[in-house]
Amino acid sequence: MLLAAEDLTKHFYVTKGLIFTKVAGIVRAVDGIDFRIYKGKTFGLVGESGCGKTTTAKLILLLERITSGKVLFKGNDISRFSREDLREYRKSIQAVFQDPYSSLSPRMKVGDIIAEPLVVNNELPKDVVVEKVARVLELVGLSHQRANFYPHEFSGGQRQRIAVARALILNPNLVILDEPVSALDVSIRAQIMNLLKDIQEELDVAYLLIAHDLAVVKHMSHKIGVMYLGKLVEVAESGELYDHPLHPYTKALYSAALPTRPDVQREDTILPGEVASPLNPPRGCRFHPRCFQRKPVCEEEPPELIDVGAGHKVACHLRR
Amino acid sequence: MTMEKMEKQKTGLLEVIDLKTYFFTPSAVVKAVDGISFSVNQEETLGLVGESGCGKSITCLSILRLVPEPAGRIVHGRILLGGEDLLAKSEKYMRQIRGKRISMILQDPMTSLNPVFTIADQVGTPIRLHQKVRAKSVWEKVREMLGRVDIPTPEVRMWEYPHQMSGGMRQRIVGAMSLSCQPQLLIADEPTTALDVTIQAQFLRLLEGIQSSFGLSMLVVTHDFGIVARICDRVAVMYAGKIVESAPVSDLFNNPIHPYTKALLESLPKMDRKMDKLYSIEGQPPDLGNLPPGCSFAPRCWKVHDICKKEYPAQHEIGNNHTVSCWNHQM
Repeated sequence: MLLAAEDLTKHFYVTKGLIFTKVAGIVRAVDGIDFRIYKGKTFGLVGESGCGKTTTAKLILLLERITSGKVLFKGNDISRFSREDLREYRKSIQAVFQDPYSSLSPRMKVGDIIAEPLVVNNELPKDVVVEKVARVLELVGLSHQRANFYPHEFSGGQRQRIAVARALILNPNLVILDEPVSALDVSIRAQIMNLLKDIQEELDVAYLLIAHDLAVVKHMSHKIGVMYLGKLVEVAESGELYDHPLHPYTKALYSAALPTRPDVQREDTILPGEVASPLNPPRGCRFHPRCFQRKPVCEEEPPELIDVGAGHKVACHLRR
Repeated sequence: MTMEKMEKQKTGLLEVIDLKTYFFTPSAVVKAVDGISFSVNQEETLGLVGESGCGKSITCLSILRLVPEPAGRIVHGRILLGGEDLLAKSEKYMRQIRGKRISMILQDPMTSLNPVFTIADQVGTPIRLHQKVRAKSVWEKVREMLGRVDIPTPEVRMWEYPHQMSGGMRQRIVGAMSLSCQPQLLIADEPTTALDVTIQAQFLRLLEGIQSSFGLSMLVVTHDFGIVARICDRVAVMYAGKIVESAPVSDLFNNPIHPYTKALLESLPKMDRKMDKLYSIEGQPPDLGNLPPGCSFAPRCWKVHDICKKEYPAQHEIGNNHTVSCWNHQM
C-alpha cells in the first residue's frame, strides 16, 4: 500500500464581518473519506463538480491543511513528518492538472519547465539535468530537441505531454491526475490516455485519477471511488462497479452517461434536482433528496460505508 | 421515428449550399468553413461533430450572419431558410430572423446571460422585440416559458438575477429565451459541455421534449459522439472546414466509412467493453491558415494514396443518404 486516506476531512469556514469575524457556516468539502492507493495501480475518483474530488487531491498534495483525519504515506502519518521527510514526500507525489494552457509558464522554455522540480529538489550538474530532461521528453513521445521551445509552440495535446514529463522527472511514486484529458480534443484524448497507461506499466507509478467522465475513469482505473457532496458513496473494482453498481447515485451516473452507440438500450434514470450546497448538506444520507429509492431512515441517519464482499463498499441504507 | 415524423422530414427547412467563410488575416487566409453543404429538415435534429477549430461554430455564426467582420467574410454559397436566401437579405431583415425564426443556445450559460438584468428582462427581450404584445402580457409569457423549461416557482425566480441560479437552471433559462418566439430552427452550440453529467441528462431530455411539442428543427454542434447518439437523427462530421461524412445516425455508428470518422469512433473509451489500448489518431488537426493540398486528413490517415495528397475527393453518395468524401471510396 502506497497511500491511504483515513477519515480524511476538510472543512472551509465561511466568515462574516471584517474586524469581528465570526463563522457563518462550514463548507464540508471533504467529509470523512477513506481510500487506499496501491503501488502501480490507478485509483479513480468520480463525481460531479463541487463533490470534493479536487479538494481531496489538494489535501494529499499538502496544498490545503487537513481539518481532521489522516493521510498515511507508506504507513506513516504525513502530518507528523519532519521537514526532511516532507521534502521526500513532496518529491514522490506529483500532479498533472486539467488545463495545459494555464499549468505551464509561458515565459519559460519547456526544458526549464520540466527541469524545475529537479533543480529545486536536487543539486545536480547541468549536463545531468539536460540528459534527464531529454530522457523524460522521449518517454512522453516528444523529441528531446524540443526542450528549447516555448509552450506556445506546442498544441494542447503536446502541452499535456510536457505537463506529464514534468510530473515524472523526479520518479514519483504517485501522480495525481486532475481531469488530465477533459480540456483536450477527442482525437488527442486517446493519445494521452494510452501514454499514461504505458508509462504506468513501464515505471510502476500509481495514479490518483480525478475525472467526471465515467468512461475515461473506467478505462484508466483499477479501482473507482464515487463521491457525492464530500462523501464516498461507493468504492469497487472498476469492472465490478460497472457490472453491479449498488448505490442509486452510481446507477444514475451510469445511466446519465452518454451512450457510445445510438442503438444501446438502457434503463433511463434521470435524477431530479441538483446537487445540494455543501454549506448546508441534507440531513441523513446526503443523496436522499434526489434518490429514487429513498426510505424514511435515509432522511434521518447517514449511512456508513460497508463492505458487501470482495472489496466492494457502499454507503446506502438499502444495502443493510 | 413515427411515420408522420418521417413524412414531415422530407421537406427541408434550412439548406446550406457550398458555404465558404474565410478569415482574412495579415499573414494568411484562414479557411474556417470551406465549401460545406447540408440541410436540416422539418422536425429533424442534425448533429455537426468535429474537433475544436474545425469550423463548426463558424458555420452556425454564418447561418445567422454573425461572422465577426471585417476579418471574417462569407465569400461564397447560399443559405436557404424555407427557400429564402439569407445571404441576400439586408441587415434589418436579418434582425427579424434572429431570435424569431432561428435562435441559438451557446455553450456557456454563465457568459450568455447578462449579470445586471433580471431573468424576466432577458427572457422578455425577444418577446418584446418580435411579438406585438402589451407590457403586461410579456411577463405572463415569460412566466409561461420558464414553466415550460421546468424552472420551479417561475413567478418568483423570474425577478431574480443569473447569479442566483445554478448552472443547469441558467442553461434552461437560455433555452426559454431562445424558444420564447417559437423559432423554426434552434442552433445549439455545445449546449451541455459546461454542465455536470446528471444535469446534462436532464437538459437533453428537456430539449427532446421541447422539440416534439414545438415541432422544432435543431442543429446541434458538439464534439461528443455521445450527444449525437442520444438526440440526433442525422449527423455530419467536419474536419478542417469541410464535411467529410454525413449519414443517418445509426448508419454512421454501424458503418463509418471515412477514416477520420472511424478513428474518432474507435478512439472513444467504451464502458461496455474491456479495452487495453485505445485507438489513437497520430498528429494533430491542421492549421486552417495553411492547409495541405488535397485531402486535409491525408497527413494523419493510414489509408493514404498518392492522389489524396494532390486533390480533394468529391462528395460521394453511397446510398441511404450516406455521403462521404474519401478517395478510398471512389477507386
